[in-house]
Order: sequence, then structure tokens, then C-alpha cells
Amino acid sequence: MSTARASRAGGAAGRRALPPPGLPRLIPPGGPLPLADHIGRYGPVPFRAAGLITEVERAGLTGRGGASFPAGRKMRTVAEAGHRARPLRGQGGAVVVANGAESEPASGKDRLLLSRAPHLVLDGIALAAEAVGATRGYLSLDESQDELALQLAAAISERERAGQNRVPVQIVGVPAGYVASQETAVISQLNGGAPKPTFTPPRPFEKGAHKRPTLVQNVETLAHVALIARFGAGWFRELGSGPGPAAGSALVTVSGAVTRPGVYEIALGMPIGALIRWAGGPSEPPQAILAGGYFGGWLPYQQALGVPVSDPGLRAAGAALGSGVLVLLPESACGLAETAWIAGFLATQSAGQCGPCVNGLPALAGLLEQLAFGQPDRRAFGWTQRLLTLVAGRGACHLPDGTAAFVTSALATFADEVRRHATAGPCSRVRRRPVLPAPGYAWGRRAS
Amino acid sequence: MSRSLRVNPIACEAHGMCIELLPELITADPWGYPIIAPGPVPGHLLPLARRAVAACPTLALLLDQDN
Repeated sequence: MSTARASRAGGAAGRRALPPPGLPRLIPPGGPLPLADHIGRYGPVPFRAAGLITEVERAGLTGRGGASFPAGRKMRTVAEAGHRARPLRGQGGAVVVANGAESEPASGKDRLLLSRAPHLVLDGIALAAEAVGATRGYLSLDESQDELALQLAAAISERERAGQNRVPVQIVGVPAGYVASQETAVISQLNGGAPKPTFTPPRPFEKGAHKRPTLVQNVETLAHVALIARFGAGWFRELGSGPGPAAGSALVTVSGAVTRPGVYEIALGMPIGALIRWAGGPSEPPQAILAGGYFGGWLPYQQALGVPVSDPGLRAAGAALGSGVLVLLPESACGLAETAWIAGFLATQSAGQCGPCVNGLPALAGLLEQLAFGQPDRRAFGWTQRLLTLVAGRGACHLPDGTAAFVTSALATFADEVRRHATAGPCSRVRRRPVLPAPGYAWGRRAS
Repeated sequence: MSRSLRVNPIACEAHGMCIELLPELITADPWGYPIIAPGPVPGHLLPLARRAVAACPTLALLLDQDN
């Protein structure tokens, strides 16, 4: 891509910024940079460069919001749908939605990225809007994050004055809740409806916000787009290693029993063990790792250490990259109790729209609570298995499937624990405070 | 061109008409919501499938054309 060559040559001449040589790429040290300093560091936003979508495809960038869908393919689909739709309607143009609501409870990377590198995300919105032919942009944020919204509003105004927005960008506050930031839920809210998932098709890329083809991308994905536009696909692929598509860097949130919990930017494909050493190692003896958040999966600790942090790597091991969440579960916690806790939380996160989810998730959570804390009926395990197959794939969104996958993975990883509980009753560790975060949840109900 | 049945789970209110009309392909879960047998609708059941679609009071049952 000519832009990439130009910026490298320009960098050598001292007029343009050099690409970051290693890590971090996304979050510069120190506080957020004002627009002028941001452009000083990364170079001007390469507007009107042809072929950004092709470059993003060549880079192999995948969505960092959870589904790891190829970002370039999504952009192309929206661009083509916008192109087809335009002649049919009075006023044309696709819509870009940058999703920064980050409803995965153990994730903190999107908030950190937005607060520390707001202009990289806003560059990505402007560039993606130009590439797909969008005329409006939205940035969705967790509505409880007032400070962040004010900071981003200031950054958007700063760009407006400098003519760097390309499209009007509006901030949208998304209410708390695990499914409210799901992409069809965000679209529904933008269209004046409830922030709840909708039945597809139509998918957002066909008919999204204002009935326009809509590109919904996670904010980190868009920040990567802003760097690929400047430095090219070749530079992006200098980091990341196989197996499978695992190009570039990613922000991951490491928590639980580690010495230095926090957000780390890693080259995809880095072994979990190396990441844990980077985070200062375990703070107490660990037994398992939850990878990918509550739609991800559990891995026994020793087995997890060699697993690459990438979607293909984690999927091969029975988990997923999701939004880049890793939680170390200490030996002092009960895996079964943690699973019952999160199954209960997820049951309260149902939007209340689909019968199998409304009925199935509380039933599943109740059975897990019996397995963890009670003297369960000897048939409880079989009923649990039956419920897992009954809820999977039967909602409009992936809440029932994700919950079923999480519980299935827990029952495999903590199989010995399940057997001990079944024969000897609850272990002493069920009394400790849960390690996994479940905001707004008290056992069995939403906390008010 | 084969066709498959699909439920809009948001629209479905478990009236159970489809389960009555097409037990060969649609069964009830413990709460009365329909479970659809996977795969295309066999040709001889297509008329019954169309009847079940038409009978759904919330228009939640769909007969999709497979690609």
C-alpha cells in the first residue's frame, strides 16, 4: 500500500512518524495525547488513501470484541451493501458504530484504550467511515462511565475543529447488562428501541442503524485499522504467530490470582505461561484459567501454560479469545461454586425475550447451585446435561449458547470437583467470596 | 431448492400450534416452546409445514429457502 511506503520514507526524512517498532502499539506510555501530539507520534490520518479495506484484509485483522470475525471482510460487506442500497434511497450512506461498551465483566481493555488513546479509536472511526462510505458515526460507551464520555466528547470536538472527523460522531450511552452491547442490541437502541438483541436477518450490515448498512466494530479493532492505514499490512503482521489466523497485537485483561493484574498488549500467539510471567506470575497457587470471558472456556492450569493466546490457539484447547479476558482461578476457590455463581449471573442478564433462555438459564443456574452447595438429587447432573442441550442455539442472541458452552467447559475442567461434591457434599472452599466478577448480581437475583 | 423451518424465538409465545400440526418435525421443550428437527423439510411434509407456518398466531415460524 502506497500510504505505508510513504510514511516509512517520510519517517526517515523526519517529517512523518515511524511505526512503533514493537510493543506497545496501541497504548502509548503516559496519559492521553492531545490531537496534535497524537499526529506527531503516529503521523497524519491517511485520508483518501485507496484500498484500505484490501489492506485490512491482507493484514488479517480480526474483530477484538469477542467473535474474532475478519474485520476486512466485515468492512467490505458493509461497503458493498451501502453501494447497492444507495441508488434505491433518497439519501445514502452507511453507518459506523464503534462499540466500546465493554459489558464483559472481567474485561477492562476497551475502557483503558479509550481513556489513553482516544484519537487512535477516533482515527479508526473516520477511516472506516471513509472506506465503507458512511455518513454517520457512533461511539457506544457504558452509560455509567461519565468521565470517559466527557473525555471522548472533548476529543471529538477537538477533531471537529481540526477537520479530522470526516463524519459526525455521536456518543451513545449503553445501559449496564451483558447483552446490551451485543451488536443488534446497540442497533436497536440507535433506532429508538430497547437495548435488546433482535432477531436476524436482517443483520446490521444489511439493515442496521437508520435502516442503513451498518459497520459495528469494537473500538480496539478500529484502533488497529488506524495503524494499518498508516503503516500497512506488512507492518501489522510483523507481530503475531500461528497456528491459524493470529496476526498483530491484542489487548488482554489478566486478573484473578496474578501478582500484577491489568491490561497487557501482547503479540497474538504468545503462550499463556509467558503472559502470566509478564503479569508477575501467580499470586497464589492456581488451579485453572478462564479464557475468553463468560462465553469462553476453562483450561486446567498446567495444561493452559503452553496454549497460545489467539482465537485459533484457544479454540483448539477448548476455550476462545473472546474479548481477551484471562482469569486465574486459585486453588483456594471452588471451580464448581464459581461456575454456579456465573451461571446465576448470566441467567439474570437475559433480555427476557426468548422462552428457552428465560426458562432454561434460571433452571440451569439452580441445578448448578445444587451441585455446588447442596446435597443434589442423584439425577441433577443428568438434568444439567439435558438443559445444556435444550438452551444452546435457541435464543435470538448467543446468551444461551455462551452460557451452555461456559458450563460445559466447567463441568469438564472441574470433573473431579463435581464427583467430590456429589459424594462428600460441598467443599469448604465454597464459602469464599467468588473470584469472578458479576456486577449487579447477588446470589439468585439482580442486586438493586 | 430445499426448505428449512426456523423459529423467531423473540416472537414465539409457545402457543404450540406448530407442535400439534407437525409433530414429525416439531416437538415441545419442557416449557412448551418448539424444538425443530435439524435439516431440510422432507418434500412430503412441505404442505404440513406451510400449514404450521400459517397457523402460528405470532408469525414466529418461518419456512426459509436454503441456499
